[in-house]
Amino acid sequence: MTTKEALINYCLRIGDTSLILGQRMSEWCSNGPILEEDIAMTNIALDHIGQARTMLTYAGELEGKGRTEDDFAYKRHEREYFNSLLSERPNGHFGDTVARNFLQSAYFYHLYNALTSSKDLMIAAHAAKSLKEVTYHLRHSAEWVVRLGDGTDESKDKIQTSFDEIWEYTGDLFEMNEVDELLLKEGIAVDQKNIKAVWDKTINEVLDRATLQRPKDAYMHSGRLNAIHSEYLGHLLAEMQFLPRAYPDAKW
Amino acid sequence: MNYNEKYSKEQVWEFLAEIPDPEIPVITIEELGVLRELEILPNKVIVTITPTYTGCPAMKMFEDDILKTLHAKGIANAEVKMVYSPAWTTDWITEEAREKLRIYGIAPPVKGSQDKGILFSSGPKIVKCPRCNSSNTSLKSQFGSTACKALYTCDDCLEPFDYFKCI
Repeated sequence: MTTKEALINYCLRIGDTSLILGQRMSEWCSNGPILEEDIAMTNIALDHIGQARTMLTYAGELEGKGRTEDDFAYKRHEREYFNSLLSERPNGHFGDTVARNFLQSAYFYHLYNALTSSKDLMIAAHAAKSLKEVTYHLRHSAEWVVRLGDGTDESKDKIQTSFDEIWEYTGDLFEMNEVDELLLKEGIAVDQKNIKAVWDKTINEVLDRATLQRPKDAYMHSGRLNAIHSEYLGHLLAEMQFLPRAYPDAKW
Repeated sequence: MNYNEKYSKEQVWEFLAEIPDPEIPVITIEELGVLRELEILPNKVIVTITPTYTGCPAMKMFEDDILKTLHAKGIANAEVKMVYSPAWTTDWITEEAREKLRIYGIAPPVKGSQDKGILFSSGPKIVKCPRCNSSNTSLKSQFGSTACKALYTCDDCLEPFDYFKCI
């Protein structure tokens, strides 16, 4: 594997996770529990889709075969997607979405914070730009975790269950393979172990404040690095890709 | 046509500097800090812009408006380049533009006051109501009608208003 091939894969991991989470968040459009949250969630969706565009465009430039952001988004199958298992989890109820987004946003926050000093200038610029946006996402979800956790008996019960059920998809975020090793040597990637350490701190701090229990680490699903997914990604892609696949030359 | 002979860089910059933001038409792309660089080659004009937010839908319109403006001035061969570094910040919005925003009904970003609280909002930040100038306002949502705005309410005149949030 060349450095370039590794870098393309690294961009897809970041870009695909942003894209899939963005698509998930857009499903809340017009379904939010209150108007302000409806607007907040679609805003967050837009940020993630914007972040995905930068990374997928860059992946296409690196590859040099003329693939555009749209080609990556609309013309790949499940087994070519490198998004995190966490990002494709269904929205469930509002608390499920809050829990998923909090875990993923905390990851993005620390990842981008570290990647601002990447030796790849495009990755570093993307990280600095996105960090400003995901800081708002992290704060938004963290405040909801506290409000629901330290809220009524029912809200506490519900969000604790949300965390308990989704926890087994968090291990996947921190796995590494030869792509990471190669890019680490070049000073382009960051060590996922370091991200895990600061992520843990953030998660513990917020769960404590929310009077919630951190779920115990047990079996963890794995898939992101090998483009292996849960059954949910296919359904998500079917909806997202329907129009460009049914009408390949559609313009509007 | 040789673009260098026809126009000075200052002239072309002025053409571009007048293009309004498509969503907030009272301020221009220059005042917003989106317009970054201009390069005039004999047969091509290259305009560099930077996005406010990565997903801002107005970016495509900025690009179209720039090309349209240049075409109208006889510059047929133009390119719009997007740069991400240095990352756009609300601190680049000029003083005049802040005042224009306020008159338009959008509370301008409080300079240099990016909320440093990572997990939770770090203490109250005073955002004055653009209508009655009261400091007695409260944050309703960090996310407003566009990516760059938060939603506030004035507790004196009771009007809701947009705040151009700091990044």
